[in-house]
Amino acid sequence: MNNKYEAVIGLEVHAQLLTDTKIFCGCSTKFGNPPNTNVCPVCLGHPGVLPVMNKKVVEYSVLMGLATNCAINKKSVFARKNYFYPDLPKGYQISQYEEPICEHGYIDVVKSDGSAKRIGITRIHMEEDAGKSIHDRGGETLVDVNRCGTPLIEIVSEPDIRTAEEAYLYLTKIKQVLTYLGICDGNMEEGSLRCDANISIRPFGQKELGTKTEVKNMNSFRNVERAIDFEIARQIEIVEDGGIITQQTLLWNADLNEAMPMRSKEGAHDYRYFLDPDLLPIIITDSWKNEILKSLPELADARKERFINNYKLPLYDADLLTSEKPLADYYEEVLTVTNDYKSASNWVMGDILKYINDEKISPKDFPISPKNLGKLIELINNNTISGKIAKDVFPEMLKDNSDPELIVKEKNLVQITDTSAIEGIIEKILNENEGQIKEYLSGKEKVLGFFVGQIMKESKGKANPGIVNELLKKKLEERRD
Amino acid sequence: MPVIKKDVEHIAKLARLKITEEEAENYTGQLNQILEYVEKLNELDTENVEPLSHPVENVNVFRDDKLKPSINTEDALKNAPHKDDQHFKVPKVINQD
Repeated sequence: MNNKYEAVIGLEVHAQLLTDTKIFCGCSTKFGNPPNTNVCPVCLGHPGVLPVMNKKVVEYSVLMGLATNCAINKKSVFARKNYFYPDLPKGYQISQYEEPICEHGYIDVVKSDGSAKRIGITRIHMEEDAGKSIHDRGGETLVDVNRCGTPLIEIVSEPDIRTAEEAYLYLTKIKQVLTYLGICDGNMEEGSLRCDANISIRPFGQKELGTKTEVKNMNSFRNVERAIDFEIARQIEIVEDGGIITQQTLLWNADLNEAMPMRSKEGAHDYRYFLDPDLLPIIITDSWKNEILKSLPELADARKERFINNYKLPLYDADLLTSEKPLADYYEEVLTVTNDYKSASNWVMGDILKYINDEKISPKDFPISPKNLGKLIELINNNTISGKIAKDVFPEMLKDNSDPELIVKEKNLVQITDTSAIEGIIEKILNENEGQIKEYLSGKEKVLGFFVGQIMKESKGKANPGIVNELLKKKLEERRD
Repeated sequence: MPVIKKDVEHIAKLARLKITEEEAENYTGQLNQILEYVEKLNELDTENVEPLSHPVENVNVFRDDKLKPSINTEDALKNAPHKDDQHFKVPKVINQD
């Protein structure tokens, strides 16, 4: 990137809250139902209906505020944001404007160079989602109102973000907090988490801000990073060529890898916010706030610290395992069966994470139950099977979450720890390889590896490697004249 | 600050109302009369008066997060002038290519 300019970036994140019902009526928020089935006169915007606030939406919003170091405003009110669009039947969106529920928070992110960065949160406010317009079927636009009234919180950052990496880290952290709280599933691809970016550039050292553009339609975490990099480069090129940045909204096109100006019939927005007289003020008393605070679960950073302290895990392990709540939950389930913290971590970070990433599934849907993985680790630790055999048992378990103890029994994989049996195999291999014995005895210790390999092969991998090593050396020494 | 014809045209556009030149002139005058009347309130000293957001003093009116039956699609679409089996139909809105 050009080092004459710095970017100034603020993110607006919309998160759908995981309530059962909509924000102002009792209709379901379920995703994927047939069009216009989760609807009633309230969310259809019929005249004369009255919205009634879902209490859980308030509690979830306060939780998010508490988890991101915000001040919770004692009083907050709803406002109407007026604009016409077919997916908004009332002609206004109920939102919060002058008195949002949370303000003045922050989160900390750790950059790839190890340095920490604090990013401010201007505000968090509650609002209703709009419906869905379908443009690609014939000559008319179709409207589905199901999503209309789904509760959202909008989390607005301070313009503290300077690079695409910081934006990515901020967004990842916001998702992590939301999912740890269990108030949003954080799925950008499905639209339950959405992000818009306000971007401007200025020469380093300049105080005043440049003209900003807004980039929308970035429907994955990587797209956010790419789109911001693209827009920064675009703005720098314009300024370098002596041009002027025009304030506008751009839509990210992931296929073309570029942001294109949005063509909109409406000119500058004029939302004419005013207080919604249908909804009464919300007062968060100290006792209510404290009650909500009590339900605040352990968040990722605290969990990471606990993993390091209680399970003696390296920072790397703790960081990776706690990055997603379901993964950390899986790991701790494994520990109900085994106390081998580090082995459990290695399995989860290794074979399991690889499978999850390859198959693009949630840890919740991983086919092997944590209990069975714990059993597998215990089978290794009590010398029933070797680590090598375990790697063969694992794919069997993946098929149908079979009990590893049964697999080991059925396939006769129990490790040979009987020294006389192992001695017999060693004798057989030594007798077949007189030449290598001479090499070993003349000082070529590397030959030991050859023998171990042959013995393991002969035992079909079942001989206990420790016993093999010990006995093999003894047997070889016995052959020294 | 009096309203001028341009303001009226802007408001009409935001409200998706088509008005004639003549109507715009007419409304400009009427709106100014209304604003002049409301101006009277400025004669009062409101220095120590909290702005009123709602005429009733109730706060925290909530419902529990409990499902209630929705209406069926047919009823939902009943009043729509244009529809198909499942959707409202509106003139093509092109927001992006």
